Amino acid sequence: MSTQSNGHSGNGNGNKPFGEAVSVESDAGSPVAGRIAPPPGELKKADFVSDQEVRWCPGCGDYAILNNVQKVMPDLGIAREKIVFVSGIGCSSRFPYYMNTYGFHGIHGRAPAIATGIKCANPELSVWVITGDGDALSIGGNHFIHAIRRNLDINYILFNNRIYGLTKGQYSPTSEFGKKTKSTPSGTIDYPINPLSLAIASESTFVARSIDIDVKHLGAMVEAAAKHKGISFIEVYQNCNIFNDNAFDYFAERTVRPDRVLYLEHGKPMVFGKERKQGIRMNGAHPEIVTIGENGITENDLLVHDIHLTDPSVAFMLARMEQPEFPQPVGIFRAIERPTYEDMMEDQIEAAVAKIGPGNLEKLINSGDTWVVE
Amino acid sequence: MSTVIEPPVSQAEKHVEELDTVTIRFAGDSGDGMQLTGTQFTNTSAVVGNDISTLPDFPAEIRAPAGSLPGVSGFQLNFSSQDIKTPGDQPNVLVAMNPAALKVNLADLEEGGTLIVNTDSFTPENLKYANYATNPLEDNSLAGYRVHKLPITTLNMNALKGNVELSRKEIDRSKNFFALGVLYWLYDRPMENTLNWIRAKFAKSPELAKANEIALKTGYNFADTTEVFTTHYTVKKAKIAPGKYRKITGNEATAIGFITASQLSGRPLFYGSYPITPASDILHELSRHKTFGVKTFQAEDEIAAVCAAIGASFAGQIGLTGTSGPGVALKQEAIGLAVMTELPLVIINVQRGGPSTGLPTKTEQADLFQAVWGRNGECPAIVIAPATPADCFHMAIEAVRLAFKYMSPVFYLSDGYLANGAEPWAIPSIESLPAIDVRFAKDPATFMPYARDPETLARPYALPGTPGLEHRIGGIEKQHITGNVNYDPENHHLMVKLRQEKVDRVVNDIPPIEVMGEKSGKVLVLGWGSTYGSITSAVEKMQHDGKSVSAAHLRHLNPFPRNLGEVLSGFETVIVPEMNLGQLCTMIRAKFLVDAVPFSKVKGRPFQIREIVRKVEEYL
Repeated sequence: MSTQSNGHSGNGNGNKPFGEAVSVESDAGSPVAGRIAPPPGELKKADFVSDQEVRWCPGCGDYAILNNVQKVMPDLGIAREKIVFVSGIGCSSRFPYYMNTYGFHGIHGRAPAIATGIKCANPELSVWVITGDGDALSIGGNHFIHAIRRNLDINYILFNNRIYGLTKGQYSPTSEFGKKTKSTPSGTIDYPINPLSLAIASESTFVARSIDIDVKHLGAMVEAAAKHKGISFIEVYQNCNIFNDNAFDYFAERTVRPDRVLYLEHGKPMVFGKERKQGIRMNGAHPEIVTIGENGITENDLLVHDIHLTDPSVAFMLARMEQPEFPQPVGIFRAIERPTYEDMMEDQIEAAVAKIGPGNLEKLINSGDTWVVE
Repeated sequence: MSTVIEPPVSQAEKHVEELDTVTIRFAGDSGDGMQLTGTQFTNTSAVVGNDISTLPDFPAEIRAPAGSLPGVSGFQLNFSSQDIKTPGDQPNVLVAMNPAALKVNLADLEEGGTLIVNTDSFTPENLKYANYATNPLEDNSLAGYRVHKLPITTLNMNALKGNVELSRKEIDRSKNFFALGVLYWLYDRPMENTLNWIRAKFAKSPELAKANEIALKTGYNFADTTEVFTTHYTVKKAKIAPGKYRKITGNEATAIGFITASQLSGRPLFYGSYPITPASDILHELSRHKTFGVKTFQAEDEIAAVCAAIGASFAGQIGLTGTSGPGVALKQEAIGLAVMTELPLVIINVQRGGPSTGLPTKTEQADLFQAVWGRNGECPAIVIAPATPADCFHMAIEAVRLAFKYMSPVFYLSDGYLANGAEPWAIPSIESLPAIDVRFAKDPATFMPYARDPETLARPYALPGTPGLEHRIGGIEKQHITGNVNYDPENHHLMVKLRQEKVDRVVNDIPPIEVMGEKSGKVLVLGWGSTYGSITSAVEKMQHDGKSVSAAHLRHLNPFPRNLGEVLSGFETVIVPEMNLGQLCTMIRAKFLVDAVPFSKVKGRPFQIREIVRKVEEYL
């Protein structure tokens, strides 16, 4: 591409120093001509399937998640070339190879940081982080917190199988207390971390949870995450059929699920159970399970789910509800609006240019204490 | 001005003497404003046309206990009517604002040198803090120096009390300007430059502006009118090449250089960094230049900083990360990822004393091995190093040029001495700067993520957002041409060799190393990085004395310039001065089988000219 004459820039391109080249869209030298996003339905699921052979173990929960994401993609109305999947290390992190989009398989724990750079450099890209419980919460714990609190418009899916699969069966930071694994023959003595608690504590503006085998629900969560402007965090309970098989059966197995899973729905009272008779009511500062029709309790007594509460207390409380004391909640816990990092970054640049004009290289190198030698 | 403690003498009785070169060291407590005083003296000296070179030397503690030895902060300045390249071996003048400053710095002052002390600070308590059993101002221990004992605190207080609405403590804080005023008179400097600076800096605090202004002028007039000084000195303009100059530090030149590279390449600059001494000023400087589209990202840690820069590179911006040695140690795995994914990336390492936390505010060159070999696997990266503060500008452009052209990480090795040291910079014309050509893959019909350019072996640069070029990259070994995940033994061997070959071919794209002096002879002094000034000055001096010595300086360290082996073979002895235990020396011994001699100094301080002269003399 040609270099800019005299290094001056920003000529007639509004308040952006590189014109629209801040995204790659209309930079004269870049290959990306402005393409109009395809209308939903134009692309098919098959368009998002890459030519790479999928190498997960047969029966792995990852297949269901991959299948679901590929299925949802055409409905988002985003051109394929504008989508980037970024991952760290672990079984789930092979995900980008199987998506026929741009992809970056990074290093252990660092996917959120790589994604941050991509999104800042080109805010027009739809950026997805695929990670696992070890990748996100152990080696990548620091990036998890900070990528979330910055509220970049990134979709962040954590496959939680509560085990280390790729290294063949050590416990993970979400493994239940006392779990016997290859590295803990006498049982773990560390208390597990709750990914949603941490995401909420890190100021996540969108928090959701789903289950790999609950196909329809998972698809809805992925779609909602994609549509949320800001960081969208989804925890997906994902079965590792080799090293931690049936880990979630105690609530996720089809026959027990209605009684042991609470499907959160915005604006609706929290009801669960095969007969839809049980619900969650606040008793002082604590949630409790009540039965509709007993002791005069009606749906009106139940807690009504509101994903838009700016105060994160209720979302946090729901994140702490667990089987067997409570049904395991899934769905959207929280979805609030807040300006995104990349937008504010662009705004600061535009404001600076609006105030003093686009950068002038001649002026820059001639600033400071100067003198002339005759 | 109310204070005159010495009877005035007339101007006629004062001598004016002309000097070629003067080295002054300002030393005081961290809170005494010595860096500011030194910087002001430097700026004024530059503006009046002297050649200058500086060495700020400050403690890692922000405010060590007042009066303590670890709390001493110093600023050395060399100014001259000649062409100079170092901040001077030995101060001719030491300004000591307290006993601790005297204790720490006196040994460096030349024999018979001028010593200006603030006697007010020589209290029993401060003397004890500085481990003085007796007061050196009274025990005759300073007999070998020309000592000027000035009650600076008192003089300044008397001048300001009643003239400004400030507390005693606030008044005291201006005493560094009094000292500066004394030095301005002593070396015949105009006050205008500093007065303008004071007015601009304290525009919102007029009382502070007034206090500093009075302090400066009072100091000047005091030196002029009292008998304390009978002589003052002039240092004429330096005979340097005509043109427009500015004073610049290495960190400033680095920041401006990368912004310039962004403009020359048409690619926006993304700087991911985590605050660390002595690199943070680059982050501060770049964050001020948003109008150039610079995006600065203060990351949660060093790893996030480099990973975000890699992400930005993948998306088409100049991915730049900056740190010092300990930060590079944290970034290395990610730099390996950039080697594997063959993305452009520039890593600034402003080297400091190591290992571990080491000497955070002191200079060192001990990260060369870390840059060249410090990653897992066969993991070649391009390594370059600026030689002077002003050269940081040009090498920043060079780093970006090579990163894009070869789709490779480039290490840019500055150090604490270059970063904080200042010199005059002949401002270049923008037309004289190299163009940086960045090419993107466009054609889906022919695109293969790892098909290489036949000349450079660089892979194509395909930006997300480009229709039809969707592809996946990552840290797992790539199949030649397709870039697919591949574990084949033959393919791995080939790819390891290709990545090395790509970096090796940079040799075709860099200038040959130049020899200063004869192309053969007894001794060649070979250096890299910030040792340039000391080596060049030493060798020039010895050549002037008719000695068979030449010098050569490397700015490209991986790969080396093509003619380096030939240059080395022209000399009986090759001496390699380094602020490490001989890292470059080891590299050239390994590569060229020459019996090169390491000359190590790992003291957190740059080489003195005379140290190099003495070393070379051993081999003549």
